[in-house]
Amino acid sequence: MHPAFSVIFLTTLIGVAQGLFLALFSTQLYSELNILPSVSESNFYGIGAVISLLLLVGGLIASFFHLGHPERAWRAAAMWRTSWLSREVLALPTMMAAVFFYGVIHLGGYDGIAYTIGGINLSTSLFVGIFGVLATFILFVCTAMIYACIKFLQEWSTPLTVVNYILFGMASGFALATALASYLGLTEHVSFLGNWAIALTILVLLTRSASLYRNSRIKFKSSVQSAIGVRHNKINQISQGAMGGSFNTREYFHGKTAAFLKSVKYIFMVLVFPVPLILLFSAIDTSNTGVLFAAFAIQYVGLIAERWYFFAQANHPQNIYYQTV
Amino acid sequence: MTQLALIIDLNVCVGCSACVTSCKEWNTSGPAGFMSDDNPYDKDPNGTFFNRVQTYEVGEYPKTETVHFPKSCLHCEEPPCVPVCPTGASYKREQDGIVLVDYDKCIGCKYCSWACPYGAREIDEHQKVMKKCTLCVDRIYDEALPESERKPACVLACPTNARLFGDVHDPDSNVSEMIREDGGYQLMPEWGTQPSNHYLPRRKNKITIHEDELIRVDNPLNKEQKKHHDPVDEPTLEDNSYI
Repeated sequence: MHPAFSVIFLTTLIGVAQGLFLALFSTQLYSELNILPSVSESNFYGIGAVISLLLLVGGLIASFFHLGHPERAWRAAAMWRTSWLSREVLALPTMMAAVFFYGVIHLGGYDGIAYTIGGINLSTSLFVGIFGVLATFILFVCTAMIYACIKFLQEWSTPLTVVNYILFGMASGFALATALASYLGLTEHVSFLGNWAIALTILVLLTRSASLYRNSRIKFKSSVQSAIGVRHNKINQISQGAMGGSFNTREYFHGKTAAFLKSVKYIFMVLVFPVPLILLFSAIDTSNTGVLFAAFAIQYVGLIAERWYFFAQANHPQNIYYQTV
Repeated sequence: MTQLALIIDLNVCVGCSACVTSCKEWNTSGPAGFMSDDNPYDKDPNGTFFNRVQTYEVGEYPKTETVHFPKSCLHCEEPPCVPVCPTGASYKREQDGIVLVDYDKCIGCKYCSWACPYGAREIDEHQKVMKKCTLCVDRIYDEALPESERKPACVLACPTNARLFGDVHDPDSNVSEMIREDGGYQLMPEWGTQPSNHYLPRRKNKITIHEDELIRVDNPLNKEQKKHHDPVDEPTLEDNSYI
């Protein structure tokens, strides 16, 4: 497929935002269960929610560049019964609303104790957060299923696509949360969030490697024989009906060489996994804000390459009809 | 239920592209607006088309056969492009099974084109909406036209009758009979899309005749050494009658 940067930025930006929100929520949950110390006056949750919301808005703006008629985008909420894209269109604002209220409660100082159980005080914002977490995971599934549900795009049509989208988002979001906690001077939270970022990055290294391995051994169901229905082992295309190229030659092929594709794979395998892992390992104990931000930034750049590769690697069966001019 | 469709006979298609030009002509001047072109007479021509004729060479040179392969929307019975549409702009008509795009609802997200394994949909680069074969829905029901012309433009244009139009759900229709009798098949059956358009394969119009089938070796007259008389020399019934 031809990778569109609007979709690359949409999926990576909202992935970070979703991961960041999950990091905020888990930090708050651990604090209220007295496993972690309170974030006290630092406004970690409030600032984090603002950043998460800005990233979600950024992703939404990026997605508009993918549309031919952005002014009709509101119509996209209509077919949620059948379309994962439509479901995503509903899930994204739902999550934005949850993050917005979560941020407002924290920044405006509206938080209070909503429920007390066994001497543990659970605040109102935590319950808003639970709603946000639900919305976050629904959004993760919707985004990934847009790709995973197309069964003849065999590189995408696997549960690993959903797993990877969730884990990539969480890993990058936790990395950003680590850097933010370090910036706000929350030393103990840095190691909590940083270790989660490391664990998630290692986990997604395993699942993404699994999907790369699967895709390298994929057996395509369609062939030129089934495409035109002629049963002969030797079929060559002579013409594709258009000499100047067409939508079919532009939309479904990345237009780069195999060597370029391979180099993008190596670039993201380095930038998403080992480099941020080394930086996180080295900077968690000292809580070096600059290095932790660098870890996130490098991983994010790597994720752009990863998403580009994700699209470019998918082989659409319609390309069988467009083998030669 | 009616399912209108095209039957494309690869046995007689000569690849003249008359269906391509007539399709473009009819649909670019239709009520749904033009089909935009860029540089049509220049370098890198590019434009919106609903139908194309491709050519394939089957076999190894010089023992090859050229197959011309017209390709347009197949109006699947299970169209994978329809459920993925977020706005409902893509739909399959209940009454005749034609898969259509509502150009006023389409947001141009191209998701349906990803979800079509045949690459039958394309975005109009200027109107920014998804377009595809409509089976000339603005023509086949037009009562202002004589009944014989209420067919898709490509069908009327085909000089070799390689394109046929009809209801493939009606077992007595001409097209159903051709699918049945002449080995009609669907493209990429592995994805379960059940295309309504069918293709008829190349058919060999030759029979093998051995010499003994031309000269009857077991003719009993030959055995008895009786020569066959030329019937012209013999009196006919008329000669023997008294009328």
